[in-house]
Amino acid sequence: MPVNRFNGHKDYGIGVGLRVPHYNHILERKPVVDWFEIISENYMVDGGPPLATLDRILEQYKVVQHGVSMYFGSVDPPDREQLKRLKALVRRTKTPWFTDHLCWGSVDGRYTHDLLPMPYTIEAARITARNIRQVEDFIEVPIAVENVSSYAEFHVSEMTEWEFLNEVVERADCGILLDVNNIYVSSRNHEFNPFDYLNAVDPARVAQIHIAGHSKFEKYILDTHDHPVIDPVWRLYGHAIERFGPTATLLEWDDRIPPFEEVHAEARKAARYMPQQAKVA
Amino acid sequence: MTAAKVQNLRQIQRRMAAVLMMPLTRSGHIAHRTTAIKGKPAKSMAAEAAAFIKPNSRLTSLERLDIYSRSYWFRLIGSIREDFPGLLAAVGSTAFERLSQAYLVECPSQSFTLRNLGSRLPAWLRRNPRYAGTALGLALDMVRLEWAHIEAFDGGAHKTLGSEDLIHLAEGSSLGIQPHLQLLALKFPVDELRILVNRASSDDDPESNSVPHSTRRLMRRAAQLRPTPIFAAVHRFDSNVYYRRIAFEEYSLLNALRQGQSIGEAVGKVFARSPEPLDRQCSLLKSWFAAWAELGWLCQRQEEIK
Repeated sequence: MPVNRFNGHKDYGIGVGLRVPHYNHILERKPVVDWFEIISENYMVDGGPPLATLDRILEQYKVVQHGVSMYFGSVDPPDREQLKRLKALVRRTKTPWFTDHLCWGSVDGRYTHDLLPMPYTIEAARITARNIRQVEDFIEVPIAVENVSSYAEFHVSEMTEWEFLNEVVERADCGILLDVNNIYVSSRNHEFNPFDYLNAVDPARVAQIHIAGHSKFEKYILDTHDHPVIDPVWRLYGHAIERFGPTATLLEWDDRIPPFEEVHAEARKAARYMPQQAKVA
Repeated sequence: MTAAKVQNLRQIQRRMAAVLMMPLTRSGHIAHRTTAIKGKPAKSMAAEAAAFIKPNSRLTSLERLDIYSRSYWFRLIGSIREDFPGLLAAVGSTAFERLSQAYLVECPSQSFTLRNLGSRLPAWLRRNPRYAGTALGLALDMVRLEWAHIEAFDGGAHKTLGSEDLIHLAEGSSLGIQPHLQLLALKFPVDELRILVNRASSDDDPESNSVPHSTRRLMRRAAQLRPTPIFAAVHRFDSNVYYRRIAFEEYSLLNALRQGQSIGEAVGKVFARSPEPLDRQCSLLKSWFAAWAELGWLCQRQEEIK
């Protein structure tokens, strides 16, 4: 298990993304789950049911925070109000590490609420690393950045996506949340070999892995998180575990969400690839 | 690092954001031309996309940007639809789409969270009444109620003061009002309509893209709603949001307390011109404070705690 400084030296196992339709099941049935990943933004509020539910979950489960709006790659520095709310939530959850995406999503104070692709340039890597360091210094927990699915590339790019990822994490000295489904989606959309990507990632920086399903269209693949994980993605995952060792893994299912047992069972398939867990799974 | 290169990244992000935030065509795809700005004429969107996005063997630069543009509009209009279902019932589906798009063009999101997307909608609709057509009064009230609902749902709450805490209060004491409590003076009984909308939404098929029967029924109901001034407290109790009708004097008193007036001062002003006899005023005050305490609306003024 890559227990390292980027995941707070925690040996977490296989988790599931905490989603509203599953709240009642989880709170009433108390299923055995290694850990839950929460979307930070859902709980960066002053009060009410979101925080009340989170507190009940925290009483019984390990929770890791995942963000969707820090936009490390945005040219503007992180928003202070957002950072303050994030830090308050980090203190509440005691998350051992924090993850968000290697992307941009806002400019000049206007937000797109999307995970937009980066131009792969040295200057973009430098700005992104600066932002990651600022956030990490402020919230005082290790950060791991997640590769996104993308549908467009920029003329100005000077390197591959995995070279850009390595450039950013080395400059920021942060970890990687490796989304193997996103690697697969982008490999199909941009016509590269996904194993080249996996083989280029520094194993020492991998803090966590994401798996998910996606939707296939005629000319591109969309990262929809509304299906089970497909076999080619499981093969990539297997290769990742071989290369990095057993790693904290999280299944994302965000749309057309089935019952909790189904989502959890899909996540537990990851155990087949983890040597020491396969015996008990 | 040179300033030119930083600008380069900013320029790319500005250009891409500007494209994504342009309204889609009627067929739901990226616009054909850019917007003319500061003397620069509009140009072909295909040329604009090709200027910074690479094509691949299956998609042109424009088609690749189209994926992001559609995603932006579907996500943001979907969020407005989710937060303001009563407005949709008040103005109808077509007007709602037009209104949402115009609002997002003029007031793009300025917050990291979609939760705040509609925060400027009440003020924007007041400035742009044509988007609500003949339902303007109803729409303005509904938007205020629905934004209050969002604030009440996840607004802050301090330690509540119960009835026993109120015994020790003197005339010169101040009271805090819970941040989640929203006070509204409305011209239409939109609370009734929104309750119907909430009930109907649980009956609709979430997978269907067609206008549900319930929406059409609600639109008819909205059209029948006649002006009736009401005062409402939108509040949270046991994790649920409720709309409670309150008297004008209650509304005024709660507002005065929230502004920091002492109990004596606030009560004096509220009843200054009241035709109610003194014993009736005392009885009303007693019942209001008891209800507010029971509902958890009262707390210590935070300024005093600090």
